[in-house]
Amino acid sequence: MLEEIKSLRKAPEEEYYVPGHRTCAGCGPALQYRLVAKAAGPNTIFLGPTGCMYVANTSYGCGPWAVPWIHAQITNGGAVASGIEAAYKAMIRKHKTDAEFPNIIVMAGDGGSADIGLQALSAAFYRGHNILFIAYDNESYANTGIQTSPTTPYGAWTTFSPAGPVIPEGKKLMPKDLPKMMAHGHPELKYLATASLAYPLDLMNKVRRGLNAQGPSFLYVHAPCPKGWSFPADKTVEMGKLAVETGMFQLYELNEGQYKLTYQPKEIKPVEEYIKLQGRFSHLQPEHIQKLQQFANGRLKEVGIEVSVPAQ
Amino acid sequence: MSGERILVNGNHAAAYGVRLARPMVVPVYPITPQTPIVEKISEFQAEGQMEVELVTAESEHSAMSACITASLTGVRVFTATASQGLMLMHEMLHYASGARAPIVMVNVNRTIGSPWGFWPDQTDSLAQRDTGWIQYYCESGQESLDTILQAFRVAEKVLLPAMVVHEAFYVSHSLEVVEVPAQELADQFLPPFTPPHRLDPEIKESWGNTVNQDMFYRHRKTLGEAMDNALAAAKEADADYRALVGRGYGIIEEYRCDNPEIIIATMGSMTGTAREAVDELRAEGLAVGLLKVKLFRPFPLKDVRRALTGVPKVVVLDRNFAPGTGGFLHQEMKAALYGMSDGPEVHGYLAGVGGTNIPPAKIKDMVREALAEKAAAEPVWKG
Repeated sequence: MLEEIKSLRKAPEEEYYVPGHRTCAGCGPALQYRLVAKAAGPNTIFLGPTGCMYVANTSYGCGPWAVPWIHAQITNGGAVASGIEAAYKAMIRKHKTDAEFPNIIVMAGDGGSADIGLQALSAAFYRGHNILFIAYDNESYANTGIQTSPTTPYGAWTTFSPAGPVIPEGKKLMPKDLPKMMAHGHPELKYLATASLAYPLDLMNKVRRGLNAQGPSFLYVHAPCPKGWSFPADKTVEMGKLAVETGMFQLYELNEGQYKLTYQPKEIKPVEEYIKLQGRFSHLQPEHIQKLQQFANGRLKEVGIEVSVPAQ
Repeated sequence: MSGERILVNGNHAAAYGVRLARPMVVPVYPITPQTPIVEKISEFQAEGQMEVELVTAESEHSAMSACITASLTGVRVFTATASQGLMLMHEMLHYASGARAPIVMVNVNRTIGSPWGFWPDQTDSLAQRDTGWIQYYCESGQESLDTILQAFRVAEKVLLPAMVVHEAFYVSHSLEVVEVPAQELADQFLPPFTPPHRLDPEIKESWGNTVNQDMFYRHRKTLGEAMDNALAAAKEADADYRALVGRGYGIIEEYRCDNPEIIIATMGSMTGTAREAVDELRAEGLAVGLLKVKLFRPFPLKDVRRALTGVPKVVVLDRNFAPGTGGFLHQEMKAALYGMSDGPEVHGYLAGVGGTNIPPAKIKDMVREALAEKAAAEPVWKG
């Protein structure tokens, strides 16, 4: 059992995601990776479906992991994890190894989880494998140069959803709610949570609860991306906090079927305070911003937070 | 130590071969006409005759993905597929050989859509010839059973995946008497799989980093060397198996090839029919032989050239079709024999494409036609 970390000061000093990568300055996904690896510890195998956290981390001979890591296709994170888990189960049952069952952690992007990787993810959770699947959401296919994914917010610029006279808002669709999808219809699910790199203690403890759950666990981590969202590299944590404070992202968990809101902002700020700092929203007109406010209010209501900023 | 003789179909015979090999993980997905193989393995598991992790994957792509990582974690892995399922796996077939995962898979040859069909046609597996998998073509359930054990030994020796192939219905669903070797013999033939490199927090190794051009080049060259080594390993495995169990097949088989005027070359179930045709033609006084290509990847180039040295003509029968070029074996034979001063004239027949019936009489007609005519550069269609 991995113990609950009481405070940031009491977090383990050892790092298992170490220098050796070439992610962008201020990279949100890399920052949350470091926290996840720290919380998980040495008896861990990471899997990386193709995405930023694959390509930017794996220059030959200098990967940043102090634990085993294997590449997965962007399609098949769930299946790749299933193979490793089944092999360990078989070896332990047949006494072919004295090893303790390892933490098997998939680190998939939003494409590798909510989009092309969804089928294999859902199947692995249906089958009940003892894995932790982390979807780090930087809200685009960022590895290929910022293309829209199902979790890209309404109104965001990407190279596949540029704003122009015909389509003034850029992205027209509302994002898919992957944790909501995962929370329903997977009877073997043991633990599910959302987290943000801006709340590191909460994030690390959710990793540990997921790993302790001894069954399929899902963690959805909000991971701002300075390059894709167009904000200064030193504002990553601030952006993560603002997402939660404006209701664009919510922190909760579902532990053995028990739902709990894990963080409630004292005061909900208007979404405009969040989006005005990001170049990807710079083309939005007031009516588009109102649509985003409606979206945030809808999500807040769903998780049980009182809506205090009216949308027109 | 004699084995047990049982009456089973080709797919169930393959499942007995898998049971003897003692894989620890078997990811599965159903597809006609392969399904009875994994159904039988599921029964073995339920009855306690096999201790295995069955992973009921949601697709063949995921089944192969789970095979790869289970293998890289250090356990013996098996799966089976056919036709569209093999097509869906295609990406991961390349990945499996690149990751040097010694998976063994049975593919039951079936037509690929469109149009939809369920018929014996080897195009599905032959179209995977460049994916870095060892490929064996079998003509009976007994041969598939024996070959699965050999394939594991070869695959684990050279660290490449291996495909054991037999055809829909002619082999997969036809009943035959099969001898199942004693488990002790199988264990003696196939020691446990204990790879030094594996996914293990104690070892801390990684798989699948991006590489530069030079590393990619070196990697492909090494993979090619492993494939070359598979030839000798396959010969050795077959010889050892013959010594231990009393049955062997060779990587090619030469049947009645003494001083022939013409040789029929083919693969899979067609070899059984061709053997009949050879016997009948020999009885009629015609000097005909049969060359069965059992190991298709790596292609047994030297063995084929030796077998056909000084032979005037070869008739290649392909139950498969690559549009724009012709039969796969025909292409391979022309390439293998090119430049031989005493090599045969090569006649290519597209015989049995789509599972159409080719009885011995048709093969005899093709042999007579090839003897009477000069070979065309293109393949000739024969239903």
